[in-house]
Amino acid sequence: MLPVEMIVNGTRRNGRVDPRKTLADFLREDCTLTGTHLGCEHGVCGACTVLVDGEAVRSCLLFAVQAGGSEVTTIEGLGGPDGELSAVQDAFRQEHGLQCGFCTPGFVVSVTALLHDNPAPAEQEIREALSGNLCRCTGYQGIVRAVQRAAEAAR
Amino acid sequence: MSASTAGRFVGQSVKRREDPRLLTGHGRYVDDVMRPGMLHCTFVRSDVARGRIVGIETEAAKDLDGVVAVLTASDLNPHAGTMQPTMLLTTPGAPLRPLADGDVRFVGEPIVLIVAESRYVAEDAAELVEVDIESEPPVIDVEHALDVGVAVVHPELDTNLGAEMAFPIAPELAALLDGDNAIRRTFRQHRHTPVPMETRGIVVEYEPAGGVLEAWMSTQNPHEAKQAIARVTGVPSHLVRVQGHDVGGGFGQKFFTPREELTVALAARRLGRTLKWIEDRRENLIASNHARADVAHCTFALDADGRLLGTYIDHLEDAGSFPIGATGGAGALVGLLFTGPYKCPQASLRTRAVWTNTCGRGAYRGPWMFETVAREQMVDAVAREIGMDPLEWRRRNVVPTSELPYTLPTGLPLDMVSPSETLEQAAEIIAYDEFRAEQARAFAEDGRLLGIGLGLYVEPSTGMMDPMGTETAVVRVDPNGQVTVSLGTGSHGQGIETTMAQVVAEELGIDFDDVTVVQGDSAVTTFGRGTGGSGTAVIAGNSCRSACAVVRAKAIEIAAHLLEAAPDDLDIVDGQIAVRGTPSRAVAWSEVARIAHLETARLPEGMEVGLEATATFKAPPFSWSNACHACAVEVDRATGVVTVLRYVVSEDCGVMINPMIVEGQVAGGVVQGIGGTLYEHFVYDDEGNPLTTTFMDYLLPTTTEVPTIEYGHVETPAPTPGGHKGMGEGGAIGSPPAVFNAVADALAIVGATIDHTPLSPDVVLGALG
Repeated sequence: MLPVEMIVNGTRRNGRVDPRKTLADFLREDCTLTGTHLGCEHGVCGACTVLVDGEAVRSCLLFAVQAGGSEVTTIEGLGGPDGELSAVQDAFRQEHGLQCGFCTPGFVVSVTALLHDNPAPAEQEIREALSGNLCRCTGYQGIVRAVQRAAEAAR
Repeated sequence: MSASTAGRFVGQSVKRREDPRLLTGHGRYVDDVMRPGMLHCTFVRSDVARGRIVGIETEAAKDLDGVVAVLTASDLNPHAGTMQPTMLLTTPGAPLRPLADGDVRFVGEPIVLIVAESRYVAEDAAELVEVDIESEPPVIDVEHALDVGVAVVHPELDTNLGAEMAFPIAPELAALLDGDNAIRRTFRQHRHTPVPMETRGIVVEYEPAGGVLEAWMSTQNPHEAKQAIARVTGVPSHLVRVQGHDVGGGFGQKFFTPREELTVALAARRLGRTLKWIEDRRENLIASNHARADVAHCTFALDADGRLLGTYIDHLEDAGSFPIGATGGAGALVGLLFTGPYKCPQASLRTRAVWTNTCGRGAYRGPWMFETVAREQMVDAVAREIGMDPLEWRRRNVVPTSELPYTLPTGLPLDMVSPSETLEQAAEIIAYDEFRAEQARAFAEDGRLLGIGLGLYVEPSTGMMDPMGTETAVVRVDPNGQVTVSLGTGSHGQGIETTMAQVVAEELGIDFDDVTVVQGDSAVTTFGRGTGGSGTAVIAGNSCRSACAVVRAKAIEIAAHLLEAAPDDLDIVDGQIAVRGTPSRAVAWSEVARIAHLETARLPEGMEVGLEATATFKAPPFSWSNACHACAVEVDRATGVVTVLRYVVSEDCGVMINPMIVEGQVAGGVVQGIGGTLYEHFVYDDEGNPLTTTFMDYLLPTTTEVPTIEYGHVETPAPTPGGHKGMGEGGAIGSPPAVFNAVADALAIVGATIDHTPLSPDVVLGALG
């Protein structure tokens, strides 16, 4: 077991973990932040996407110890403390960008990172940026509209 | 939405009640459930498609630190009750079993269940189990599974024929089918699988002292799970509780209660411990359930004008080894619905379900949809053969609204549908004639292959099979007037907490925010059908309406008593029960609720205290919905890649409760159909080894492959109180043939033909020669 320390959603988290424990399992089990979902555990579906030092990463492909010393933001860290939705979260609701909600945390985190890097993406840029996240319910229709809406709201 | 049916809430795109929790990471899926002392499970699975188990070595696994139990068939199977679902308890089927016993019948069949203190340790232990299997030649090719000399998948059954239904062929029909104006084609649909983003999973707690079993599960059907777990574990059903809070997609896969969930429940019962099993993606791909995998030999007999005189379909479905929920899938409906929305005087059919040493077949969004695939692909092939545009062929043959009700040649009564209207609307939105001109120009000037395809269907949303046709709603009004509705449904993402609250708020004349829907918990809801078969709006929706009618009548009776008015003169508007035309003579809904519970002396004499009702709705045998899909594609002649250029759906699901949700359901189904036709393919080699076991091999559509979907709506209310029709599955029913027909249309420009899917680049290039 190795010691690990990181800032998760603004709170310092200390733990002792098996070196092979993934960041996703550390967040879900040790931090009880179950909003980060595991859809494939082999880095394709993107449901487990979190921000590590501002970069969108797949927490199923990272060991917890690799995130030691970093600042991690999960889906739980994006909205307001009283349950208020972030601009991206609200746009997903307005545009019906989710159904079952299982892939949604990964999409919302990925879109948050996308709009941080590119506040006014063209539709094709949105589609390419999100092509590493799988959704099985929406046919991506509302998701693409939600990104456009969130980008417009920020302007 | 027509003004006649749009209400304050029904017909409005109300934003979903579920969204805030799901968007902020506060959904409660099965893997989020953590219980004190909870142990973790994993299965050791067969890597051989068919063979004898000659030895299982478990000692090393048992000795590993943190391992609690290593269970094989001898530990569990003798204690298991029947694993058949409630609906099929008296139907013959595959010999279901918890763990493989003596032999294995597909790659992925569970052989050993490991229970350990963590998932990591459980998987370490699985690596230490050695299973010695003597391989035998497997049955993989469904088209040869019934040949003489082929092994049997299930030795107990002595045959690979799982089910068969055949209609006689009348002599007149036989003459037509053998005649000069008969056209024959064979179509093959490849194997794919539902792939919910959340895999399957269960947490089971058995407390031996009290004898209570509690399960949390990813399920579309908590009451079925409760019944099935009770049967398998022997725990009396009233001591079993199943909860399914948020479910990350199901698409049919989570309608019945699968083998692994039942096996884990049985193990929890035997061990008296709390167990969690969360399926991984590889397991979900190879061992949950597969779907589609059909072959049909079709014959259309036509008159000189291209009008249908008779049809025959000989349908073969690959049932796999241990299908879940039905013998094979829904072969009977494939045959019965084959002529679909077209006029046809005579038809006959044969459908067969056949066992193979592959993953079992199970429900997937429109389990019988091959009737639409085979028919609509046949329509285009036939139209091309006789030199008629496929749109013109459909116009000539579709049942016009003026001829409804129409009895299908198989005897099913078709009514309250609008196939011709949706056909015309889809053709108009996609600008069919203009596309034909552009297609000709693109080929003539640039050599480009554009194509357009249609998919026209009717969907029965049958209410015939108990208990799938019935739902019960309980509508309870609190002393402050707020309402809780409980339903036996198991929402797997389609927004039932929102749509059913819309129905109740509409019916009671109160605010949407004052209605809460409770579902997905067997202990606090009445036995019900679960969620599937495009039935929730029709069946749960109408049960809500029925219960609301009782509550509403009672509230009005109380108000009439308080206001000294006649009940017939009162109406409920915006939370006020008022004399029609005299809004000042009114009593608040909340005041009536308060009196009903807390000031009962003011109730009419003899009236029962309280304000709640329970009502059950039994669906009619058929609530037909219909749609026409239109798809435009370009086929790259150099690479074989198909690009979807435009996609249009014109649908008629009767009265829409929430148009935003209707379009979301349609879109999801359409993209599953596009993916299923172009990309998704579950592949076995000749030895039955699965070759597509990750998302790198089993390709799902992403944002870059899907078009923006365009919608048209036609509203023909169903003859049930709410007027709603099923629409959850339709998107996935109409899209595969629309995409296929568009590609076939493009290929036909250069004389190339296709008769099977997936339409992957290599298949398309092969067709282009």
